[in-house]
Amino acid sequence: MWKFHRWFERHSLILLIGILVVVSIGGLVQITPLFFIESTIERVQGVRPYTPLELAGRQIYIREGCYVCHSQMIRPLRDEVERYGHYSLAAESMYDHPFQWGSKRTGPDLARVGGRYSDEWHRAHLVDPRSVVPESVMPPYAFLEAKELDVSHMRAHLTANRLLRVPYTQAQLANANADARAQAEPTGDGAYDFEKRYPGLASRDYDGDPSRVTEMDALIAYLQMLGTEVDFSTYQAEDPANLR
Amino acid sequence: MAEKTEIDDVSGTQTTGHEWDGVKELDTPLPRWWLYIFYASILAAIVYWVLMPAWPLVNGYTKGVLGWSDRANVASDLSALRSARAADFARLERASYAEIAADADLREFARAAGESVFGDYCRTCHGAGGAGAPGYPVLADDVWIWGGTLADIERTIAYGIRSGHPSAHLSQMPAFGRDALLAPQQIGDVTEYVISISAARTRLAPNMGAARRGATTYQEQCALCHGPTGAGDRAQGAPSLDDDLWLYGGSRAEIRRQIELGRGGVMPAWESRFDPATRRALAVYVYEMGGGEPDPPPAPAEAPAATPMAAPQ
Repeated sequence: MWKFHRWFERHSLILLIGILVVVSIGGLVQITPLFFIESTIERVQGVRPYTPLELAGRQIYIREGCYVCHSQMIRPLRDEVERYGHYSLAAESMYDHPFQWGSKRTGPDLARVGGRYSDEWHRAHLVDPRSVVPESVMPPYAFLEAKELDVSHMRAHLTANRLLRVPYTQAQLANANADARAQAEPTGDGAYDFEKRYPGLASRDYDGDPSRVTEMDALIAYLQMLGTEVDFSTYQAEDPANLR
Repeated sequence: MAEKTEIDDVSGTQTTGHEWDGVKELDTPLPRWWLYIFYASILAAIVYWVLMPAWPLVNGYTKGVLGWSDRANVASDLSALRSARAADFARLERASYAEIAADADLREFARAAGESVFGDYCRTCHGAGGAGAPGYPVLADDVWIWGGTLADIERTIAYGIRSGHPSAHLSQMPAFGRDALLAPQQIGDVTEYVISISAARTRLAPNMGAARRGATTYQEQCALCHGPTGAGDRAQGAPSLDDDLWLYGGSRAEIRRQIELGRGGVMPAWESRFDPATRRALAVYVYEMGGGEPDPPPAPAEAPAATPMAAPQ
């Protein structure tokens, strides 16, 4: 048999370089094309960057570890599509840094939870899950309702997302902190400007307490937009170009 | 280090030729069965590359001879499912409730289809079997806020209540207490009056003096929607007040709280999630929970309900 291995076995530096070369080949072949292939992420209408309030809600989602029990990934399998709705598209995660696909479902998938329940249902459910779903094992998150939302870092968060190519405009960056509050204050001064900066969205009070903007507002705003961006009555999922 | 291979006396196997302080290493060959499985897996990988999508390329990827695609598979699974149900769904979509009720097979089909959708989407608010919860109406009784004929139920399912859908049911009870439209004293009086006209009067024993004072306020502020006798008005989604069924609870404090806050629930519009046949099945299931109401007398007027998408507003 070949005796090359003796040469590698006896020179640690050569062995190291050898490992590096082999691993790099695997990596280059699998990863490099993903940066160039057009078809990696399908082109769809409607996917937009998160508003500051939704982004704040998303951070609460991550902070509280929601992803440990809830996935956000509907796989292309008949039973999942029947239960949760259209399978998730890569494009729907394109502004997620990092994505929240998750890997375990102690609770149900949340990829299309937006619009499925009322804001009030979400509030009641987060305050006391058993009050609306008797068999639920989810812990209560009543404290979110009592905690004023800290919006002071939203501009920095938007800026960081922009570095990752999320297309926020300068105006959206500059007003991020104010917009985070304005989206939950429909009667506030900022609501009009917010709706101008984020066309198609309407400011509304999510947590049933119009006098304050709480972490509950932010989390419900995030949950209510999940999976609602793509209009599947017009998106041609079965078009050959969209199959993969 | 010695570079001398030799045959080990005990095992009869060749050594590697390494020696460290007299310790030598056997160069035992890999078991044949393991080696052949290893070669076979390399071959299997090559076969897989040919058959299945495998290699990323500059502008796409190798699609493989079999042309496997998860998305195409789920699409064909779903269309197989649809075509298996198509005949029943098509009949369901055309039939009026009377026809559905007369056809045992169709009725059973609608109930089964409706039940599975209800379990996934509706039960979380309306409870198992439509038992309801505070703020979420009971569906298993014969009291309806927005109407209980099959067409009414179907319309509510399709467009929702205060859902933001342009055809949704809309109404808003004023928050008489929170927005200070009535003084606390007046709210107390109206609460007593509401109890006095409801079937709860035997249970809660209203203060008749306060109720008489509240009657005037009721006629000014509440009667326009809830009716002068508290019969309610389905066109406005104003619940009847003359029975003893309460959306937000029937204790004295809960009735008062509702007058103060004027809460109104939100039901999502399901038009974009379910096709018309599924909505019809769901409506039949809800209708049969207990309290569905017969169609209005001129039966042909029911016709527009067969195409709820095009229902005139």
